[in-house]
Amino acid sequence: MSERVSALRNRETGGSVQVRDAGLRGMITLRGDLSNGKLASVVKSVTGLKLPACNGVVQDGDTGIAWMSPDELLVMVAYDDVPEALDKIAKALSGQHHLAVNVSDARSVMLLQGSFVREVVAKLAPVDLHPDVWQPGQIIRSRLGQVAAAFWLVDEATVQVICFRSVADYAFDLLAASAKAGPVGHFARGT
Amino acid sequence: MLILNCPYCGRDVDETDLHAGGEAHLKRFGPGSSDDEFEHYLFMRENPKGVHFERWRHVYGCGKWFLAARNTATLQVYGTYSAQTTEPPQHILDAIKEAQA
Ligand SMILES: [Zn+2]
Repeated sequence: MSERVSALRNRETGGSVQVRDAGLRGMITLRGDLSNGKLASVVKSVTGLKLPACNGVVQDGDTGIAWMSPDELLVMVAYDDVPEALDKIAKALSGQHHLAVNVSDARSVMLLQGSFVREVVAKLAPVDLHPDVWQPGQIIRSRLGQVAAAFWLVDEATVQVICFRSVADYAFDLLAASAKAGPVGHFARGT
Repeated sequence: MLILNCPYCGRDVDETDLHAGGEAHLKRFGPGSSDDEFEHYLFMRENPKGVHFERWRHVYGCGKWFLAARNTATLQVYGTYSAQTTEPPQHILDAIKEAQA
């Protein structure tokens, strides 16, 4: 059997905002009617969590659900639990219009931790990340530099970032450079 | 710099996170239509200096297509609305009227 490795192979930086590879994570792109009760209940049985609201993320450790669009969720489970989860979803939604795909090896997950994480991301993305707009539990899909990325605040000192595997090194280097350059002090609070 | 509110995810989105899709509310002429109709559908556009209805896609975000009413001369945005609309909704028309009053 081939060795399964994350794109970033446990890379990490030091400094007052640390950037590190979150390692292998099971990720399922689930598209369908989010108001369908069967969809909500199978996602709950897989993750133990309730569906997040629009632009929301709910998380319990490495398990979680991210709202990606009005008809798309990213369901996160342990890497090895994906086949079983896909099985459950296929059974629960059989005959109903939906799509569930294992994207675990097509994405890369990074963790940022430190005092000015908000600014590390804000320097790279064309979105308003002011504390009034972006709070813990809210996912934003936008860009980091030149590549698509999704990121959310876990708490004021922790951000999780997901990008495509093929651009993982670029995104990591970008975040590391932004962290190394230090805080800007732009946000009045919560930086 | 253009910022549009995406009606599907509700976020204020920078132009660089969007993909422009040209004029909105075109009626499609496909197989069975006359050459003139097909040419008009494919190539002829209003391209006004002033109020314009456009298609945009929140390409780096939720991925949805939506429609926007804005002024091509002043860049004022009158509003954004669902792509499942065949003509500008009343609240958009009202906003344009108000801006021009
Ligand atoms: Zn959107």
